[in-house]
Order: sequence, then C-alpha cells, then structure tokens
Amino acid sequence: MSVQPTAQAELTAPLYNFAYLDEQTKRMIRRTILKAIAIPGYQVPFGSREMPVPYGWGTGGIQVTASIIGRSDVFKCIDQGADDTTNAVSIRRFFAKIAEVAVTESTAEATIIQTRHRIPEKDLQEGQVMVFQVPQPEPLRGLEPRETETRAMHAYEEYGLQYVSLYESVSAYRRIAATASYPVIVDERYLMSPSPIPKFDNPKLHMSPALMLFGAGREKRIYAVPPYTRVRSLDFEDYPFETQRWDDVCALCGAEESYLDEVVLDDQGNRMFVCSDSNHCGERRAEGHVGPMADHALAGATS
Amino acid sequence: MAYVAVKGGEQAITNAHALLAEDRRGSRDVPEVGVDQIRAQLSLAVDRVMGEGSCYDRDLAALAIKQSRGDLPEAIFLLRAYRTTLPRFGFSDPIATEQMAVRRRVSAAFKDIPGGQVLGPTFDYTHRLLDFALAAEGGHLPDPAAMADAPLADDLPTIASVFLHEDLLEHETPALDAAEPYDLTREPMQFPATRDQRLQALARGDEGFLLSLAYSSQRGWGSTHPLCGEIRLGDVSVEFTPPELGFPIELADLTVTECTMLSEFEGSMEHPPQYARGYGLTFGHCERKAMSMAIVDRALKAAENAVDQVHPVQDEEFVLYHSDNVEASGFVQHLKLPHYVDFQASLQFVRKLRREWAEARSAKEAAE
Repeated sequence: MSVQPTAQAELTAPLYNFAYLDEQTKRMIRRTILKAIAIPGYQVPFGSREMPVPYGWGTGGIQVTASIIGRSDVFKCIDQGADDTTNAVSIRRFFAKIAEVAVTESTAEATIIQTRHRIPEKDLQEGQVMVFQVPQPEPLRGLEPRETETRAMHAYEEYGLQYVSLYESVSAYRRIAATASYPVIVDERYLMSPSPIPKFDNPKLHMSPALMLFGAGREKRIYAVPPYTRVRSLDFEDYPFETQRWDDVCALCGAEESYLDEVVLDDQGNRMFVCSDSNHCGERRAEGHVGPMADHALAGATS
Repeated sequence: MAYVAVKGGEQAITNAHALLAEDRRGSRDVPEVGVDQIRAQLSLAVDRVMGEGSCYDRDLAALAIKQSRGDLPEAIFLLRAYRTTLPRFGFSDPIATEQMAVRRRVSAAFKDIPGGQVLGPTFDYTHRLLDFALAAEGGHLPDPAAMADAPLADDLPTIASVFLHEDLLEHETPALDAAEPYDLTREPMQFPATRDQRLQALARGDEGFLLSLAYSSQRGWGSTHPLCGEIRLGDVSVEFTPPELGFPIELADLTVTECTMLSEFEGSMEHPPQYARGYGLTFGHCERKAMSMAIVDRALKAAENAVDQVHPVQDEEFVLYHSDNVEASGFVQHLKLPHYVDFQASLQFVRKLRREWAEARSAKEAAE
C-alpha cells in the first residue's frame, strides 16, 4: 500500500527480491510443495501470484522454480524440448537476471530443469528437480467442468468417468486416442495430468530418481511426483498403453529412439524430422553421430 | 522456414523489444505523452487500471498505461505484477461510504432522497457528438463549472438508511465473530465462495465480462429485476488500526464508486418479502463496472437462496473462474506459444486414422 503518491523518481527503480517473489510467498509455496510431495499426485491449492509473464506462459513453473532456486543452482529451461525456443529463452533470462544463477543447456549439469511439454531424453539423476509448466492441472476437466465435482471425484477415487472416456475412444478409434496430456495414476491412488507432454514421455515419470514438481499458476495448484514413485499410464488389458514411434530417424544426429519434430522443408510435401530435445541432439552430434541430413542449416541453428 | 524462425532465440527477443519500444514512442515529431498528463487527462482509464489491477496508485497506473501503449488489460497486468511483490502488512478498517465526501449521488428508486440527487461529473445526458474543438491545437480551457450556493451535507444518508426504519431492505451485517477477510490475492478461489471472496473477485473482474453478464441477466438469462437504489462517487478515508497502537490511524483518501442494486425478494417461511441487494464497489470513477458488479453479485445470491442455477450469471464457478482478465488474456494468448510437440503427436495420430480410413474404403470398394 503506498501511503504517499509515488514520486516520479521512485517509479524507475522498484526493487525486487532474489528470484522475484518475496520470502513470505516463497515460504507459502515451499509448504505447498512439501504437502504435494507428501501426497503424490494430489493437486494442492496455493495462493498463486501474478508473475511478470502472462498466465499460460509458465507462471506456475516460474513460481515453483523461484521458491526452490538458490544461488548454487544451475538452471535449464526448455520449451518443446528445446533450449532455444523463445519462451524458454525468456524464462532462462528471467532467472539469470533476477536470481543471478548459473544457466545451462546441458541436462546433466542442471539441478533444476523447467519445462513446457517435454521431459529430456537423457535419464535424470537423483538430486535433480523437474519443474513442469501446467496449463490445466485437472485431468478430469475435459469430462467435468466443475471444480467442486472433480475435487469430490478425486477424494472418492471415483475415476470411472475417465475409464469410460478411454473406452469410448477405443470404440471410436480402436485404440486409446490421447496423444498428449495422457492421464496417469500416481502411486496407485491419484489420477494426475502429466501436463501436455506427449505420451512418449509418460514412462519417464515412472520410478524416476528425480523429483517432479508441477506448477499451475492460473489454476493455482501444485502437485508432485516424488523420486521413485510408481506412475502408471491408464490403459486396458487388451488395449495396452503405447508410446509414439517414428519410421524416420533424426535427420541431424540419426537418433532412432528420441521424440522427433517435423520440419516442413518446402511446399512440395518434403519434410525432415529432428530431435525435439535440442541438447540431446547436439550432444549426439558432438559424439560423432551423423544423420541423413547432418549438414542441413538447422544443425547450426539448434546446436 | 517457419520453425527455424520460432527457434530464433535471444537476438530475436531483444530486437522485438526494441521495435516495441520504438512503436510505443511513435513518431518522434510528436511530443512524448507524460505520465502526469495520463494521470490528469485520461483519469477514467487510470481508474479502471487501478480497480482491476487491485492497486490504488494513480502514478503507477498512469505509468502502466503509458508503457502498455493504452492497452488497458496489459496495463492492469503490469500493475498486478508489481502489486503482487508488495508485502501485506494488515487489513484496513472497513471504509465508511456513508461518510463519503460525495461528488455524485443518484438514486433511481425515488424522485428525491435525503441529501438530494447530485449529478456530478457524468457523461449521462451529454450528446455524443464529437467535439472538434478538442482536436484543435493548444489551450482550449473549459469554462469553470458553477459553484453551488451551499456545500453538500457532510454525510449523505445511503439508500440503506432510507429503508432502515421499515425493514424493507435485507440486512447485511458482518458477523461479530467474522474471521479475517478472505484475500483473493493470497488464497486460491474456493467453492462455495464466501461473499467477501465473491466481491473481491468481482471488484478485480473484467469490466466487459461483468457488463455482458449483467446485461444477460437483464435480458432474462437469470433475471434479478434490478433497480438502481443508489450510485455514489466520492472520497473516503482509509483507516488502519495497528495492533500495537489499538486505535485507528488515517492512511489515505480513496476515490470510490459504490452501487446498491435493489431487487424484489419474494420472502420465505423465515423471511418476509423485502428487497435484496446487490453490491458493487470500485476504485475511482467506474459506474459501468460498479453497476454490473452489483447486478452480478445479486444474481450470484441464487445459490444462497436455493434458486436453481440455470443461467451463466447465477453460476459462481462459471462467473468467478472466468472474470479475471489477466488470467483469461494470458491463457487465450498462450496459444501463440509453440505447441509443435503436441501437434506432432496429434498429427501422427490423424495421419494414421486417415491411412486406415483410406485402406478401409478401398477394401470396401474392392469387395463391392
């Protein structure tokens, strides 16, 4: 509350705390995170703050990161798997500026990895924290718009509606149609949205040595998957969970097992596929792996 | 190549920001607009930004308007993102709008009310003809408005006090044992929402959204048959009682707009028929918003009065979850961010479906 009209001179230099949030807010968010870790997969409401980036741009993830980051941390930020996408660059800059922490593009070097829509290809390690940006924390929202209803459904572990929805997709498409935000059961109790990662990444959540934190700023929820927790993607015995596979390999590094982005080359239908994880692709090329279009201009742009 | 451009990175952002700054400034042949000019001459824009930005500071709101190039939701967002970093040191005492230094006060319910109808600075009854004199260069100073012979009474009775002796208006007295007020800036939305939570959400809510909801109610989508009991604009003082002092000290003066809407309540077994009220309060002079807020507040009493909630304006989850323009604007516009990983997953799936569709069709044709 400003008691006096703010003087013009003061307008130019408002002071911000380390990592933007004030310490009381960080404490509140840390308590929320601890509760989330104690009840894996449960969405804990929290007093989400306005952040200096818009809702939908990663405000939840940024608040989680701002609450746990310290001066010795090494921060990596990816969007669509890549370190050089504009929003990842913007968030990485934000923490480099406001928390003065070291930043990296290397998955192995990072202590905190904030992400939108992907989990890195490289196996995560104990001590690492993944921070997911979550647009819609409620996996049931598409089936039931009311928060009052969905909270009760979680409380009663009443997930029949979700299974019916999967069954309906099987009857319509002869397979489970979900491709991203594929729902999971955490520790055989809570239904959870893994955030809009492709289902390709779901298996990486299961028994991961890293701590997985999910922040939804606009919806004001935080949830977590603690290290070494069972995470099961929903399926049926006769329609087991499957991940995506490509007929192509990465055009730059030749990777056969990574998630591939499609790059349209011209208007004649020509396209190439490249690793979505830019750090993974760059490291493989540095190790000498070569793809069928290794000398393409994109090799310079993404390494 | 489009995707390469998306991966433009650091230099692209820096360049875009520089271009934005250039566009904001506009032609350098035109003098730069000053924050003091915005504060003084675009004061209703400042009022809206302070209200929906939840921060009463005319200088910061004017700065936000300048920085946002006049995009008010963007200015509201700037102010919110500043406000949220400020520490909260306590709750003020409730402001006493019945002691307001009134600049404008009208009631549509009575021809005259104690203290009189006071038009004040209003667009009402102006003819909306462009005033080309304002477009002319240089000092066009309006003639000073005439002064009344006598000043207004210090305390103009509110519409509630006019009704008081007949018990015609529903009582809204806070419980003596009421807990601390809900603080929507510190706690997430929860349902069923308490009245303080609801009023805070509406006070911060988007004027356009609330206006349309109120309008939908008037057109029969959850009608409350509202009547403007009173609308008043003026200054109130904010007092704060520090626990260590135990008595109130005056912190600031605020300009606020307050609206009380009346609507008939048929009564029930426990309550005789009377008028229910809807309440609206905004920072600054924002009558459209205050009136809309009051109508929506009244419509949201549907749940309390066990009325079936069939219309959008009666549904508190629908209204409260979607009224905040900072949340809404961010989430709608986040669709500009790259989504190609998810799209790739979907594309793969749709291609597979199309392949299967074509195979099934050619198999069927072969069989026929």
